[in-house]
Amino acid sequence: MDRFRMIFQYFQSNSESVMNGICGLLALASVKMYTCFDFSCPCLPWYNVAYGLGIMFVPPVALFLCGLILNRQSLVMLEEWRRPQGRRKKDLAVIRYMCFSIMQRATVAPVVWILITLLDGKCLICAFSSSVDPEKFVGFANASPVQVQQLLAKVPCKDDELMRNNTSRKAVSRYLRCWSQALGWSILLILIVAAFLARWLRPCFNQATLLQARHWSNYIDIEQKIFEETCCEHSRLFAHKCILHFFESMRQEIKLHSFSLLREGERAAEEEGLLQGITDQVQVNKLLKMWYYEKPPL
Amino acid sequence: MDKFRMVFQFLQSNQESFMNGICGIMALASAQMYSAFDFNCPCLPRYNLAYGLGILLVPPLILFLLGFVLNNNVSMLAEEWRRPQGQRGKDPAVLRYMFCSMAQRAMIAPTVWVSVTLLDGKCITCAFCTSVPVETLGNASHPSLSQEEMKRVLARIPCKDIYDGQELIANEVAIRYLRCISQALGWCFVLLMTMLAFLVRSLRPCFTQAAFLKSRYWSHYIDIERKLFDETCAEHARSFAKVCIQQFFEGMSTDLAATRCHLPRKAPADTGEATEKLLGITDQVTMNTALKSWHRCKPPLHLHSPACPSGNGWAGEGQPPTHTPAPRREVAAYYSRV
Repeated sequence: MDRFRMIFQYFQSNSESVMNGICGLLALASVKMYTCFDFSCPCLPWYNVAYGLGIMFVPPVALFLCGLILNRQSLVMLEEWRRPQGRRKKDLAVIRYMCFSIMQRATVAPVVWILITLLDGKCLICAFSSSVDPEKFVGFANASPVQVQQLLAKVPCKDDELMRNNTSRKAVSRYLRCWSQALGWSILLILIVAAFLARWLRPCFNQATLLQARHWSNYIDIEQKIFEETCCEHSRLFAHKCILHFFESMRQEIKLHSFSLLREGERAAEEEGLLQGITDQVQVNKLLKMWYYEKPPL
Repeated sequence: MDKFRMVFQFLQSNQESFMNGICGIMALASAQMYSAFDFNCPCLPRYNLAYGLGILLVPPLILFLLGFVLNNNVSMLAEEWRRPQGQRGKDPAVLRYMFCSMAQRAMIAPTVWVSVTLLDGKCITCAFCTSVPVETLGNASHPSLSQEEMKRVLARIPCKDIYDGQELIANEVAIRYLRCISQALGWCFVLLMTMLAFLVRSLRPCFTQAAFLKSRYWSHYIDIERKLFDETCAEHARSFAKVCIQQFFEGMSTDLAATRCHLPRKAPADTGEATEKLLGITDQVTMNTALKSWHRCKPPLHLHSPACPSGNGWAGEGQPPTHTPAPRREVAAYYSRV
């Protein structure tokens, strides 16, 4: 139980690590989704571009929104932003800090998806096979423009009867994959450098403001949690009192109608207490009926 | 009790992660169900559409209803909705909140099923293979067939081994086309649902936060009150049963002692705890009689006070002395044998 309490306290105090955990899980889910997804390029002139770019950009948007939904802090931030001022001033720096950290965490999964897509290469091959310059490749140089478009569109489909064992198809495919992977690695490098610089250079600017903002955003989060906890505890006590009061009032009512004396027998003292003076079937039935038909006022 | 309370508190306070966990499990279960299901397209002109759309739409409905059935709070909602007003007013906002949160959770599994079905592509391929645009995708040089014949040929697209229209339109081309449409629909559906969930979640704090806090508190209160009442009733039933049985045994032993010729055995000088627990029944015959009468004629559900002097324990209910005049009707009710 002690360990449980410790874990509970840990989660309560360190919501940052919980959010990091969720962020990591979402990134893994993104990878898993991509590997499970059965990519099949339509190999038709205009459909290719739509499909390829769609698969590259639509899931990241959905993952971004998922990241925002699953993050508890986004609700806290919205509440803080929209609440009436009342007696507590609103600090825009804190809200900005919270917004920034939420966005940062929410963009991890979409970025992972885009990077995997680029490093794998299938999406770009599908989307841009029709846009390749046919002059560069031997097999496509001698056909009419319409035919060239058709053939290039079929490049991503290895098993198509026209494209089987076609060396020009392999050449186009390799060319596009090279571009795709180069793009993927470049984006990854830029992101890592940007993150590195951001982390290193941040202490040079406004360190005090940053510490304040972090502290107060943490405070708002914890305050919210403790308020919810207190509400739970309060409703429990309220319910307990309400039910005891109900039993007591039933006992009073029964005492008025009943003629049996209430003896204080020592042996049954404890049970008497628990029985609340309700000691037979009719009384119990009446109590249960009253509970349903006329709940006590709050 | 303390442990239970702590776990309860943890689950209640960290309800966000608890509910996320439940939703995740339901989503995984739904995906697993789909992969375990063996999809078999009939490859016949009118049956395809019925089968495809049926697999796409009927299981989500079932999963949605199942989500409601398996949710314990449904009976709580129904009870709160149908109870007579009595002394406590009913708040429709609370009922709405409870219904909305249940519906939200019940929507997860159907959404996952529909998404997985569309992204996989088999259902749409099966349902719409007869609507493939043959003019754009097929071979223009093929002699035209009658409508019926064309439909029959196209209906066999999902079944590669019996497909006989390769000259009309290549099987792979048609399947790729249909699967592309299906996956596009799937991702659009996923995006739509995510956006909807995001809007529902983020617009609420902007408009109705105070009312929301109120509804949440009171719906939570109703839940806890119900549980505590059940708990209290269980405790009461336990004490009731204990006293009832105790009085039964005492009644038995006094009854049998009175009917026997010899004097009741004097209790031994050292009344230890074990002797006390024997409740006056100390031989085989008495015990057998007690067990037989417990089975044949259970005592009434009425506990008389412990110090009430009655020669014949439970065999005949003597009436305790009346101190206040009371209506006879109620006396009869209280003393009725069950």
